[in-house]
Amino acid sequence: MIDVRGLTKRFGGRTVVDHVDLSVARGRICGFLGPNGSGKTTTLRMICGLLIPDEGEGTVLGLDLRTRRAAIKARVGYMTQKFGLFSDLTIAENLEFFARVHGLERRKERVAEALEQLGLATRSDQLAGKLSGGWKQRLALAACVLHDPEILLLDEPTAGVDPQARREFWEQIHDLAAGGMTVLVSTHYMDEAERCHEIAYIAYGRMLARGSIAEVVAASGLKALLGEGPGADRLAKEIEARPGVAMAAPFGTALHVCGPDLAALNAAVAPWADRIRFREASPSLEDVFINLMRGAEDNSVVVQA
Amino acid sequence: MSATPLQRIGAMVFKEVRQMLRDRGTVGMMLVMPLMQLMIFGYAINNDPRGLPMAIERGDNSVFARSIDAALRNTTYFKVTELVESPGAGEELLQNGKVQFVVTIPADFGRDLVRGRRPQLLVTADATDPAATGPAISAISEAVSTALGHDLIGPLGSRAEGPSPVDLVLHRSYNPEGITSHNVVPGLLAIVLSMTMVMLTALSVTREVEQGTMENLLATPLRPFEVMVGKIVPYLAIGVVQLSVILLAARFLFQVPFAGPLPLLLGATLLFMITSLGLGFTLSTLAQSQLQAMQMSFFYILPSVLLSGFAFPYRGMPVWAQTLAEVLPTTHFIRLVRGIMLKGWGLLDAVPEMGVLAGMLVLLGVIAVRRYQDTVA
Repeated sequence: MIDVRGLTKRFGGRTVVDHVDLSVARGRICGFLGPNGSGKTTTLRMICGLLIPDEGEGTVLGLDLRTRRAAIKARVGYMTQKFGLFSDLTIAENLEFFARVHGLERRKERVAEALEQLGLATRSDQLAGKLSGGWKQRLALAACVLHDPEILLLDEPTAGVDPQARREFWEQIHDLAAGGMTVLVSTHYMDEAERCHEIAYIAYGRMLARGSIAEVVAASGLKALLGEGPGADRLAKEIEARPGVAMAAPFGTALHVCGPDLAALNAAVAPWADRIRFREASPSLEDVFINLMRGAEDNSVVVQA
Repeated sequence: MSATPLQRIGAMVFKEVRQMLRDRGTVGMMLVMPLMQLMIFGYAINNDPRGLPMAIERGDNSVFARSIDAALRNTTYFKVTELVESPGAGEELLQNGKVQFVVTIPADFGRDLVRGRRPQLLVTADATDPAATGPAISAISEAVSTALGHDLIGPLGSRAEGPSPVDLVLHRSYNPEGITSHNVVPGLLAIVLSMTMVMLTALSVTREVEQGTMENLLATPLRPFEVMVGKIVPYLAIGVVQLSVILLAARFLFQVPFAGPLPLLLGATLLFMITSLGLGFTLSTLAQSQLQAMQMSFFYILPSVLLSGFAFPYRGMPVWAQTLAEVLPTTHFIRLVRGIMLKGWGLLDAVPEMGVLAGMLVLLGVIAVRRYQDTVA
């Protein structure tokens, strides 16, 4: 469904997206992760035809990314990071607008159905700008799936939304994917990453890891220890400074330590082993990402071309 | 330790100054605006316009006719641009706006003058702008009496005494009573339309960008051209309402004559509205915020009011100001409205000005579509 290679975009002298390859199969949910400013939004915009890549090529729905942007736009749903609906139109008017733009048949019925599904049928005359964050996000999703797109691109859709609404949102995403929609969703939340079929991790414009969560964790070669005991959480700085430790972070009252080699890790924590009981744990996705990010060269500084 | 009121105010001032300096548009505006106003009010505008174009229709070649001709050329009020022989040719120059005055020296002027018959000297003025004609008319009579004062010597000396030897007949064309509202109301149509059309469009597009809704629009199959047309149509409707209000007021409140064909005026107005909307659209592609769009529209509207011939006579302005005014669509539309309503222009008279507007529209359209891409950033 999505198959792009070597996507590159530069703004000024800065390479925001640097030779990114990405492919997502039909009906799959791909989580798109990476620190702020890593090029996630730019990549999404290139995929949905809002930006033309400086380099690289690919197809979306079998359509060439460069030459068939209009056709791609018609069959892709893109939900922007910032609430992009018209706050001075009512909920129903917003949906109606998108239905008209896409030239949908049975417009009235489809809008009514969407309102019903949203649970907003009784409030359809309310101005969209007056909705709370969670409802805005649901409305935005409803607006961009109204035309039954084959691909759904979501740019940090759940930022600032409460856990309950997030869960419902993800259930909806899974329903859509089960119906055959391909989803590429960017997020900062690790729990959301775990809800995806596969993930892609991008930092400073470069794709650093791709695959299922297990694959990504395994590929990182990272080992982890969990230490529990009095004052374990306060040792993070000291232990992180030891050789063989990639990072150490408090985890509640416990301490999470990880590094590339298990023996080296055990050696590193040995001085505290009398007080604190360390046992092997599986590294979390977060460990993997932070480790990847630290290893990546930071090119986010503007370089004058 | 809590901050004193002075410290807190100081913090606000610090923040405001930083923000202001970061907004280059505003800083530029603050610097350029006074300069622009100084230039326009100080140099361009002239309530006692000089160098007004005049045609002399000379049916007589006597020494008197020639010295009147010379005297008129000598006053700074006029610039004799045309010398016509055939009767009626001057009228045509007046009609299409090439000259503001036609002085007709009838055949046998010299003979009649010598014989003491008080020959007529006909001055036809384009009174669509009464402000421009007023002072000039007294200058004509002065020039004539000075010229004749030199010539009527010797045996003809007695002609110079008593009542003026020449019967100076003034004909104020198109606005015989010199009523200001006949000039202002049609011009106001141009000003009202440019204000609303340019500003509304400039703001509406920039608002989409500022509120982040543009990204959503662009992600749909909407093409740039479609967004443009879709945005323009409702404003056209507003323009039509404004047009109706002003035309009805012109007719029933101000009794402004309506000499030309209504469909022509409607056509010209539609053209002007679309051109203004195109201009607003172009501005919006240049502005980064609604504030900037507002400032840019203001930069357009100020000269439109002052230089277009609406508030002050166009012909009284120096060449650079006239050149600047030629670039403004409002200038051309004001000529069209006054021409059609007061002078009774037909399609052929209107074609040159409408052609200029159409050219501007094409140019603006190209710029707007080029600048307004279906991609973000």
